[in-house]
Amino acid sequence: MAEEKKLFKVTIDNITVEVEPGTTILNAARMVGGEVAPPAMCYYSKLKGSGGKCRTCLVEVAAGSTADPRPMPKLVASCRTTVMDGMIVKNITSDRVHDARAGVVEFLLLNHPLDCPICDQAGECHLQDLSYEHGKEATRYEFGKRTFKKHDLGEFIQLHMTRCILCYRCVFTAEQLTNKRVHGVLDRGDHAEIATYIEKSLDNDFIGNVIDVCPVGALTDKTFRFKNRVWFTKPMDAHRDCPTCCGEVQLWMRGEEVFRVTARKDEWGEIKEASDGKTGWICNTCRFEKKDAKDWVIEHPTHVARHSVISANHYEKMVKPTETMPEVMNGRAPKLLMDIHSVSQVNKPTINLSQIEGPAHSDDFNKG
Amino acid sequence: MEALTNRSKAVDRRPMSVWEKAYLPEIAKGMGVTLKHFFKKKPTISFPEETRPFSPVFRGLQVLNRDEKGRERCTACGLCAVACPAEAITMEAAERKQEEQHLYREEKYAARYEINMLRCIFCGLCEEACPKDAIYLSETFTPANYKRESFIYSKQDLLIPDPVTEPELYKKALGDRAKKS
Repeated sequence: MAEEKKLFKVTIDNITVEVEPGTTILNAARMVGGEVAPPAMCYYSKLKGSGGKCRTCLVEVAAGSTADPRPMPKLVASCRTTVMDGMIVKNITSDRVHDARAGVVEFLLLNHPLDCPICDQAGECHLQDLSYEHGKEATRYEFGKRTFKKHDLGEFIQLHMTRCILCYRCVFTAEQLTNKRVHGVLDRGDHAEIATYIEKSLDNDFIGNVIDVCPVGALTDKTFRFKNRVWFTKPMDAHRDCPTCCGEVQLWMRGEEVFRVTARKDEWGEIKEASDGKTGWICNTCRFEKKDAKDWVIEHPTHVARHSVISANHYEKMVKPTETMPEVMNGRAPKLLMDIHSVSQVNKPTINLSQIEGPAHSDDFNKG
Repeated sequence: MEALTNRSKAVDRRPMSVWEKAYLPEIAKGMGVTLKHFFKKKPTISFPEETRPFSPVFRGLQVLNRDEKGRERCTACGLCAVACPAEAITMEAAERKQEEQHLYREEKYAARYEINMLRCIFCGLCEEACPKDAIYLSETFTPANYKRESFIYSKQDLLIPDPVTEPELYKKALGDRAKKS
């Protein structure tokens, strides 16, 4: 008989799971799923070495293990603490955790500009969700927020350093996915910032993935910049035969126009595994250059979680209504039909916002 | 069935008395009621020359607000459009250029902003959703019109006059309910 692997029993919020030794509390909680899983801003399961920076995943360990059942004196970062046999963890059942998390959110928002109405990440931003759930209404910080010189990260990626929470996810992505990393965190403390060395353009094939891993709106897609709000576009699973990446993506469409291409995300907001079992990172060509529905084989609408604002428009079960007019009128055209395009300035058929390279400007609207 | 209020009167279906059958006295009584109303205060007013005082919660035609320097406040965040139960609001955003900083308050602005007044139900949810104090429901009615085309209100129709160049028009558009500051 083969030797059975010893599994550790761990109880998280009164739910017991058996996990392999070496699993972190966060991953064990994610196996339970739902609300038990602590939120994570910096930990990213697909990136080696990530985690331990943001402190949002703090949990209370009520009993260390069966052998030593003393509680841990301080709250621990669940993404960096591995489970022990017989460990008892309290996450949402602990008042201390709620209190600490509210404090962490307040710290994260100290320097965050809260420009959500302008930010393209709004609607799918983890910091927005986190502060909505755990944050307090006001800040006690009385000083000015930090500001930075503007950095140009090339024609595809837009960096808003003021929004950055220094989670290091993009640095790990650049280090582990691309063979030469040209951006990193410079300086320390309040001055720390993500920057390229002397405005070097990031021209690696997979660098676009930093947009997907960014939990806030610090790194956003310049080809989608200000084009539309996330919740007015419908996510569709699609694929194409790509020589460099898996080619399995999510298209953010409006009508037949493709506004944005991203990798597919799982319920934790991380990039899903592709059908070949590897992490579904996508290449820059797929992400930035294939903005035509004809480039893609569209599979089906992506399932959007009920709590997300993106689900507000019920894209999944939407059925396009058939034109009843010709049927009712026996083929005659109605005399008094108002074509909305003859009056409306919005959604003009002559202006294809998705085809404009960067963000639209006043002249893009005035020429049409 | 028991009446809900004691104001309702049961219809009297008894046969008419001789006095009532005489007809003329009853007519005179009815005319007396009519005559009484000649001397009462008129409940109607001649709109639009006169207007009634608005309730403080009246919700009329939307206005797009400007800040004290006359820059447009709207950043096309789309919250009014997503809050709108009638789906009357549509917009398209653009990035502000360097030379347009005196026109728009933020980096992003609404290049196109439209409210379909045929759809709008004046519920005021757009005003409630707006994080930038940009949209307000004013004390004006939507003007009536014969054509449906004229009910598609563009940004130019909705924008409040510039407080710097047209201060009187701006004050008028603000109305009586504007915060005294």
